[in-house]
Amino acid sequence: MQHAVNPWVAFAYLVAGVCFILALRGLSSPTTSQRGNRFGMIGMAIAVVTTLVTHVPTITVLVEGADYAALLSAIDTVAVFEIVAAIALGAAIGLTTARRIAMTAMPQLVAAFHSLVGLAAVLVAAAAYLNPVAFGIALPLLTPDGAVALINPVSRVEMGLGVAIGAITFSGSVIAFLKLNGNMGGKPILLPARHVINLGVLAASVALVGYFTLDQSPWVFWTITILSFAIGFLLIVPIGGADMPVVVSMLNSYSGWAAAAMGFTLHNSAMIITGALVGSSGAILSYIMCRAMNRSFISVIAGGFGAEASAGGAGGTKTDRPWKRGSAEDAAFLMSQAEQVIIVPGYGMAVAQAQHVLREMGDKLKAQGVRVKYAIHPVAGRMPGHMNVLLAEANVPYDEVFELEDINSEFAQTDVAFVIGANDVTNPAAKTDKTSPIYGMPVLDVEKAKTVLFVKRSMGGLGYAGVDNDVFYRDNTMMLLADAKKMVEDIVKALD
Amino acid sequence: MDFIAILSIFVLACFVGYYVVWSVTPALHTPLMAVTNAISSVIIVGALIASAAAGSLGGKWLGLLAVVLASINIFGGFAVTQRMLAMYKKKERPAAK
Repeated sequence: MQHAVNPWVAFAYLVAGVCFILALRGLSSPTTSQRGNRFGMIGMAIAVVTTLVTHVPTITVLVEGADYAALLSAIDTVAVFEIVAAIALGAAIGLTTARRIAMTAMPQLVAAFHSLVGLAAVLVAAAAYLNPVAFGIALPLLTPDGAVALINPVSRVEMGLGVAIGAITFSGSVIAFLKLNGNMGGKPILLPARHVINLGVLAASVALVGYFTLDQSPWVFWTITILSFAIGFLLIVPIGGADMPVVVSMLNSYSGWAAAAMGFTLHNSAMIITGALVGSSGAILSYIMCRAMNRSFISVIAGGFGAEASAGGAGGTKTDRPWKRGSAEDAAFLMSQAEQVIIVPGYGMAVAQAQHVLREMGDKLKAQGVRVKYAIHPVAGRMPGHMNVLLAEANVPYDEVFELEDINSEFAQTDVAFVIGANDVTNPAAKTDKTSPIYGMPVLDVEKAKTVLFVKRSMGGLGYAGVDNDVFYRDNTMMLLADAKKMVEDIVKALD
Repeated sequence: MDFIAILSIFVLACFVGYYVVWSVTPALHTPLMAVTNAISSVIIVGALIASAAAGSLGGKWLGLLAVVLASINIFGGFAVTQRMLAMYKKKERPAAK
């Protein structure tokens, strides 16, 4: 093998890999999480410094003395400067973005970051393809046509997979970013015969990766790249807004597999360990999100859920049943008399940026002796844990925030359930109505509370699944129709 | 390292990842995505090798561009994770008030 690496170098990469494991381990509790993040930074520093030290760019200089001339190898200071400048530029952009970004924009930011990992993987694979000898994956051969670098067949497969997964991650994340950022409608865009097209493109790229082992011509490599960009695009375009938690997790997973594939090419243990960690992390998150929606991963990826349902919703599923409307004063009175209030936030809270005023409301209620808890459905929001971050931003202590399975039994002993910006995740039809598109999805049992206060912009709009929510029409429900932030502000005023 | 050796590292790391990620509390799933994103930028190792290598000008510039992209992710990813994690606070003790 040409990979004759210094054992200390291999050891350094291994230490970096272990630091990354500890970084994720730290996230098991908020108290250890910051230390975990520091482990991550240390691991990254070790990996980067090791590479810089072992791969100092050199140039050959001709040294001429009075009676001799010699070719010597010297450090290429220009190249060193370029690398340092590239890191500094990236650092400046990254740090500025991280400091400025609003917490509500976190899903877009994560999607944008995934696209960068994907593109970086494509670029590294392309660089390795153009200069395989430098990466130690090719034998330089002298043929009658000149010097040819023959890339190892195994490395070709790894490189092909790396570039393909990287390209899918890139174009998929760009589409996810555009959808989350509102540059592109959240509604699924359905191409005719899209499953046939998708499978065809996928089969073609798999076949080409296989063919790449026989023929390393540039057209094979670049066609794999282009086809994979197309797959990422075709895959994400038909997926609607509320399925984004699955998509973001899935792309997270892909960015990991791309790093792992490149790690195989470079025989680098830090990259392989990280790739495996990130890949499994994203896969587990996708699984958790799918389970929380009671949908199979395949059906989410096949897309189009929102389109069919909203067509149905506009037609006949809505009923003209009577419902009760309440005012901010009614809500304030009911909650101040309560022993326990459970707040159920959803994506609507994020859109209205109502988390700060919501915490203020919670504080006022607590000052009046009311127990306040928050209940979070796993798919509330646009990415896993979205609501938790927003509540944390608003200074809600994390021990007042509960996951679905930990709090669901408490609704029956609760005086007021305050639903703000959530809908489908509270729909009891998921438990009873076998014909409902959301049947089987675990939901928060808000209707079991003595009173349900449901903050909603208007009675017209339905949730993402396009199904009517029985909770609206129950005797114990009071609809608070207004912008979420405005309504909570009015309640806060009324509580004084 | 031969192929089987690195494959072993990969397979074992998948298992480690599986158990470590299941133990992450759901409240920290967003920081988990941010930090996994930062660490997957370890791909910068490949980018640095490409930028330092002589022999292919195209490869070198692709490498440098990849260094910029991966650095954005590394610094941005860790910084934003740090910012989020600093927000998670426990209930204040009444005595502290």
